[in-house]
Order: sequence, then C-alpha cells, then structure tokens
Amino acid sequence: MNDLPRLPTSGGCRDEPILKQRGQREVFCGLTGIIWLHRKMQDAFFLVIGSRTCAHLLQSAAGVMIFAEPRFGTAILEETDLAGLADAQTELDKVVDQLLARRTDIRQLFLVGSCPSEVIKLDLSRAAERMTEKYAPSVRVLNFSGSGIETTFTQGEDACLASMVPVLPETNERQLLLVGALPDVVEEQAVSLLTQMGIGPVRVLPAPRADSDLSVGTETVFALTQPFLGDTHAELERRGARHIAAPFPFGEEGTTAWLRMIADEFGVDDATFERVTAAPRARARKAIAQASVSLRGKSVFFFPDSQLEIPLARFLTRECGMQAIEVGAPFIHKGIIGPDLDMLAQGPVLSEGQDVDLQLDRCRAARPDLTVCGLGLANPLEAEGLSTKWAIELVFTPVHFYEQAGDLAGLFSRPLRRDDLLQLGVRA
Amino acid sequence: MKLTVWTYEGPPHVGAMRVATGMTGLHYVLHAPQGDTYADLLFTMIERRDHRPPVTYTTFQARDLGSDTANLFKKSLEDAYARYQPEALIVGASCTAELIQDDPGGMSETMGLPVPVIPLELPSYQRKENFGADETFFQIVRTLAKPIERTAQITCNLIGPTALGFRHRDDITEMTALLSDMGISVNVVAPMTSSPSDIARMGAAHFNVLMYPETAESAARWMERELGQPFTKTVPIGVGATRDFVQEVAEITGLAPYLDESRLRLPWYSRSVDSTYLTGKRVFIFGDGSHVAAAARVARDEMGFEVVGLGCYNREMARPIRSLAKEYGVEALITDDYLEVERSIEALQPEMILGTQMERHIGKRLGIPCAVISAPVHVQDFPARYSPQMGIEGANVLFDTWVHPLVMGLEEHLLHMFRDDFEFHDAAGPSHHGGHAPKAANEAAPAPVAPTPAAAAAKTAGDGNVIWLDDAERELKKIPFFVRGKARRNTETFASERGVSEISVDTLYEAKAHYAR
Repeated sequence: MNDLPRLPTSGGCRDEPILKQRGQREVFCGLTGIIWLHRKMQDAFFLVIGSRTCAHLLQSAAGVMIFAEPRFGTAILEETDLAGLADAQTELDKVVDQLLARRTDIRQLFLVGSCPSEVIKLDLSRAAERMTEKYAPSVRVLNFSGSGIETTFTQGEDACLASMVPVLPETNERQLLLVGALPDVVEEQAVSLLTQMGIGPVRVLPAPRADSDLSVGTETVFALTQPFLGDTHAELERRGARHIAAPFPFGEEGTTAWLRMIADEFGVDDATFERVTAAPRARARKAIAQASVSLRGKSVFFFPDSQLEIPLARFLTRECGMQAIEVGAPFIHKGIIGPDLDMLAQGPVLSEGQDVDLQLDRCRAARPDLTVCGLGLANPLEAEGLSTKWAIELVFTPVHFYEQAGDLAGLFSRPLRRDDLLQLGVRA
Repeated sequence: MKLTVWTYEGPPHVGAMRVATGMTGLHYVLHAPQGDTYADLLFTMIERRDHRPPVTYTTFQARDLGSDTANLFKKSLEDAYARYQPEALIVGASCTAELIQDDPGGMSETMGLPVPVIPLELPSYQRKENFGADETFFQIVRTLAKPIERTAQITCNLIGPTALGFRHRDDITEMTALLSDMGISVNVVAPMTSSPSDIARMGAAHFNVLMYPETAESAARWMERELGQPFTKTVPIGVGATRDFVQEVAEITGLAPYLDESRLRLPWYSRSVDSTYLTGKRVFIFGDGSHVAAAARVARDEMGFEVVGLGCYNREMARPIRSLAKEYGVEALITDDYLEVERSIEALQPEMILGTQMERHIGKRLGIPCAVISAPVHVQDFPARYSPQMGIEGANVLFDTWVHPLVMGLEEHLLHMFRDDFEFHDAAGPSHHGGHAPKAANEAAPAPVAPTPAAAAAKTAGDGNVIWLDDAERELKKIPFFVRGKARRNTETFASERGVSEISVDTLYEAKAHYAR
C-alpha cells in the first residue's frame, strides 16, 4: 500500500486567512435537519415548538408534502402562550399527550427549539425531563435547538445527535462509532468495508431505532462521516470517546484517507487494507474519470450552505480537475475540517458566514463555470447565465464513499452537460 | 399551542412577500433571523421566478439579542435603499422579531429616507398569509393612491393577483381580453405587474375588478370609499359566474353586456353523451373561500356533480361559505387543521376531491382522485402552458382538469364489461395512473388475501363488529379493485346500521342497491 495520498506537511489552506462578512444570509435554519433525520430514525418524532413560520418552512423544505404522514410536526405558539411561561409548559404537555396518543409507534420524541421559543426562553430541557419521567420507559424525550438564531441547516443534525450522546449507556467495550446520518445504502457500504478489514464492533449514531445497542465510553473511538458535527464531537469527547481525525470520505482519495486513519487505529496491516479497498478504489477512480470529463479546467464558486463545502472543494480540485474561486461555508470548525484544509491547495477565497449581496457581487464578477448554492439563489443565477448546482442535493443524495464517488462528480457535471445539450438560443 | 402537521397558509409576512414579489420598484426590509430566508425558495423554486424576491432580511443571531438588533435593522434598511434604489419601501418584522419589539416602522420613520416607507403591522401569532397579503396591499394603496382625474375612456384596475397565486398570471390575460371585448381597457393590474408609481395612478380607473377577495378586498373597500371606485363582487370562475360578471360590469359602467362565447366548450363537453358517467359524482370541495364558492357552482350546475361537502381554511370567509353550504344542503367545514379535513373526507368518502395541494395529498392516501382548485399549490401548479381559471378559457380548463382524474369512472364501465379480460386484473391498474392508484386503493382498504380452505369461513371487518362470509368475500373480489374499498365500506356501514353482524352475498347486493343512484 504505497500510493496513499500524502498529506502535504506545509501548504494547504489551514492557515489561510478567512473572509468574514456580516450581512444577510441565504441559508436554511437547523430545523430543516428534521427532514432527513425523521427518515433515518424510524421510531422518532420531531416536535418543533415554534411559530407558523417554522411549520411553513418545514412544509416548504420537505418539497410540500412528499410524505403521507411525516414524523414531524409543529406546536404553533399562539398569543396566549406568549403571555406566561407556566401556560406554555402546560400547553406543551397537552400537545404531547395528544401526539403520543395518536402515534403509539413513537419511541423517541425530540422537542425542538425554534427562534421564538428561544427568544421567549421556553425551557424545553425541563419539559423533556418531565415528559421522560411521565412516558418512561416506552418513550424517551430529548430536546435540542434548531433555531435560526443559533444554527444553520446541517447544524440541526449536529444539535440533535449531540442531545443523544449524554443519555447513551456507558460501555468499556473497545468499539468504533460512526457518527452522522447517512443513506442506508451508504452506511452499509462503510460498515462492510470496515468489517472486511476486521474492524469491529462498528456502531452508528444515529441508530434507526431507540432500542439499539448504542453505548459510549473511554474505549470508544469515533469517526465523523459529516463535517458539521462539532457539538456532537465535543459531547462524545466529554464521554471519554476519542476522535479519529481524517479527511471526509468524499471521492476516492478522501474515502481512502478516512479508511486508512481508522485502519491505523485498529492496527490493520497494509496487505489487508489493500485487499479490501483495491477493487472499490479502482471502480471509484474509473467512475470519477468518466463523470468528471466536463469538469476539468472549469471553475467553481461555493455559496455557504451545509459545511460540506471544504471537503467538496478538495474533491473537485484534486480529483476532478476543477479550479475553486471561492469556498464559502456557514461555519468553519478547524478541529474537524483541518485535514481537508491541509489537502486543499492555496488559491481560493475561504469565506465563513455571509453577506449575500456582497458575495453575489463577487460571484458575478468572477463568472464561475459552476456555482454551488442554495435553492433561493439557483434560478436567479441561472437567469443571469450562470450554471448552478443546488447545494441541498449534496445533503440528500448518497455521495459518500467509493461507490458514490462517480455519482458525486456527476452531480456537479450534470448542469454543465445540460448546458451543452440544450439548443435554445443565446442565454441571458 | 396548536399541533400542526401541514399548514394551509404561511405566516403573514409571507403574504407581504407575495405582494412585494409581484411588484417592481418596491423593496421589503424584513426584520428576521437567518432561517426565515427559506421563503425565497417559494418564489424561485416553486413558482420558478427568475429573480430573487425583493426582500432584505436583517438576519439577526442569538448573540445580537439584547444588544444591537435595532441598529442591524437600520443598517439593513440603509443598505437596501442604497443598493436597490426602490421607489418605495415596506418594512416589517417576522414572528421572532415581533417578540424582540424593535419597532421597524418607528425606526424607519426617523431615518428620513427620500422615498415613502410603509410600515406593516402583521401580528404573526394571530394572523396568516392571506391576511398579510391583503393588509400589505391595502397599506400600499392607502399610502400611494391619490384621487386623480378619471381616464376619458372607461377603464378598470384588476386587483388581487400576487406572486405565488393560483394561476393569477393567466387569469390576468384572460380578464384583460374579456374586458377589452366590452370596450374597457385596464388601467393598472396590482399588486402583480405594478410599481409604486402605477399604484399612484390607480385612481384614474372608473372601477375595480376584485379578482381575488382574499388578497385585495380591504384595498377595494378603501378605494370605493376614498376614490369613489365601485368594485365587482362576482369572481368570474365558471360559465355562469363569467356571464354574471359581464352583467355586473355592464351595470357598473352602463355599457352593453358582451361576452364572446365562440371559444367556450364546457357546456357542450358537459352535455355530450360520454359525460353521462359524471352524473352525480360525489365531490368534496375545500380551499380558499373564493375558489371554493366558484367551484361549488361549477360542480353542481355545470358538471352535474353532487356536492357532498365543502369548506375553506381562511376564517375570513367563514360566513359566506357557511351560508353557501346551507344552499347546497351540507355542513361547511371551516378549519385550518389538515387532520380535520382528512377525517371529514374519510368519513364522506367522496368520489372526487376539488381541493388544494394538501387535499391532493389526502386523496393520494385515501385513494380518491383530486383536482387542484386553490392555493396552496406545488411547482406542478405553475404550468408552462396557458391555463387560466377565469373567463371562457378558464371554464374550458376547469372541465379538463376536473374530468381528467375521473376518467377512471369511464374505465369503470369498461371494466365491468370486460371483467374477465386478461388485461383487466388487479395488478394492471388504470392505464393513465402510472400504477399509483391500485396502491392507494389498497391503502384505503387492505385487499383481503384469498381465503384458504383452512381459514375460518368468515373474516372480521376492521371494527370487529361485522364479519364477511366466505362467499361474500369472494363476490367482493370480483368488483374492480379501485372501487372495492368503497364497496367494502358501504356494505359494512349498511350492515352495521341495520344490526346485521354477518355479510352474505345478499347483504352485499342489498347494500349496492341501497347506495345506487
């Protein structure tokens, strides 16, 4: 095993200055994490304690009703709730009673804080404790905040997973914990690769059901599969677990580096590593080569969205031959994203947070070949003649690990291929 | 607190955004936390607009609370004015900003901007999207419209269309042509297509056409009072309503009523013999009050349906919808609770739903076809083709879109005729439904597995009170799968109402005879 990517010891972007501007942001709030988490945790219900806006957001973000009976809902605050906090707690009890009577299949209930509930300082942790007592053992009640004054988009998943860590049972077992919600197919691939190397037991947070055998302790090592899990990372370390820092498993290179770090931790020899990874690595390289033909030499500009931007820029520049102009992220946690920053060549502007008007000015001036942005900006930028990729697809589509590496490149090349296909006259 | 799964209306500031986004030269500065920018995607993705909504959000965060959120608002307002140079601004707060009480209206007044700044008071915890749109348009008109000299020729304003409205774009075209046929030109269309300077010359029109009472009635009443402009009360959706509308316009203007019906096809299509299968189809109607009222009339009088239930989600329309329901001999359902609507539809078991995107969803779950007649809607309800609801072409569109999901009714006859044909079996599904309908029908009433000889000779129905005898169960299986669920429920209801505990073949046919129309 001698063709491992060598991480540069100097260079990279880790110590590059980061542009921070303060202004209007064009991002979802953390509540939207519920959309994929409720699919992932099959016996969980997410109850947002918020306003009509929160309910409307969830509905719009969920593509307006793709699910017949979603396992999320909103307890809408009304005038009377704003009058006094005691009332709000009683009201909440009523709503939860009503909900659990209707949905007897629910084993985990998350009380999710929103902007209004944070501003009126509604104490949801107290409510969660009270309800846990009341409904134990059939239902476990936890709380976290997905509010837009505290979180952006994927940070909602982080807040949710972080809320689960303190109540995990203690264990002294040596184990690997994979952290982050992934599509089932991707999760199975990851576990299979690790198991083939003799690594185990491998457990995954979040588990699909509450009655899983998830536990944590000082013998637990954990690897993140998503770069936005800063709070969960901190909570796990608080429980004595140790983080395996690695680049994120996007593309052939990232996946190999991620697996190698874990393999090293578990003392997997080179021959075994090679035997397990050789075939999927070759497949991934081939798939990327095919899918990235139209990406080579093209420029890309990232608006902040999911915190996946830096690992993705690393993948696109190193494996797909693209040139990054600006890589914007809502939040940059160097302790987690550091290994990816080390591999990303200097050059692009790194920006954290957003003033969307100023960033749009920079984007228009740069005229990138591809702009990665959220749903509010995509069509307007297309109308200005810029090709765009909806960032949200990168969160909802299986993109991690070897077998998806080609698909990941394909997500970026599709808008460019489409441009080439369409014969509709001159663009705006 | 109120438990909500899906909502019919967004918060009131989304209503204000619908007004602002429909207009040009107007900018909305909204005091709001960062997540509230989600609303942009309603316009750019669902309506496929090619511009961002003209809205600047202040994007305050937790760390700003209690310190400088007010300054953040002022700075955002200054920046927005400098960047966009609008003719007028509207300012307001979303639900969270309302709680921190920064008073955007008061602050903007002190800033001395050189254009009109219109403050919006939209109580988020009491009111909803339609109120927000109506109130915003009213405040804009009240601030900017002034009495001016009437046009020499008879003109009108078309009021009510907004961004994200159900077919508003095409209704404007249809109404403009219809009025033009009568010799009336359109002075201003507002809020959609207008700028603040257009609003200022609304007073030049002789009267207003109130297209959508939900979004413009307050403005219509104000203009009637302050500018002396009468407004039309008929919403011209359907053949009869369009004719009435023309009559109403004639009375207001003193012009001769004129309606070019050369392109009107609904009446003949409705009379044609192949439409007899539509006779007495039981429909449930739900949506915004105006569209529901119009749809009820078309359904009963122009399509020959039986209206078995109707209601609206906007309480502002509760009174007219209640009295309308009386006329139709049903109880109105006035609620914004999606689950209540679902329960009502489930109990009534209509053969079709005329509803919103939400009822389309309920219908999918219950295996009942649904046509959309009102907002809230989905990206598929912003079609590329011309597809108005109002006027002559609108009536044609209604016939097509309502009949399409019911074509299954025609297939139903054929299925009876060709019951044993190899192509008509449970798994084949109706040809045009992409395989969804059989699944939905099964969900509505799980199809029984073929009884095995070892199994008991009877099956217990869902409620446990009525059992199906073996031969009745076999006979039920012969009924086409997509009406089987209904037949099963009807028979069980029939049996339990008569205290019959076992369903035989006779019970099945007695029930069929009972429900036959």
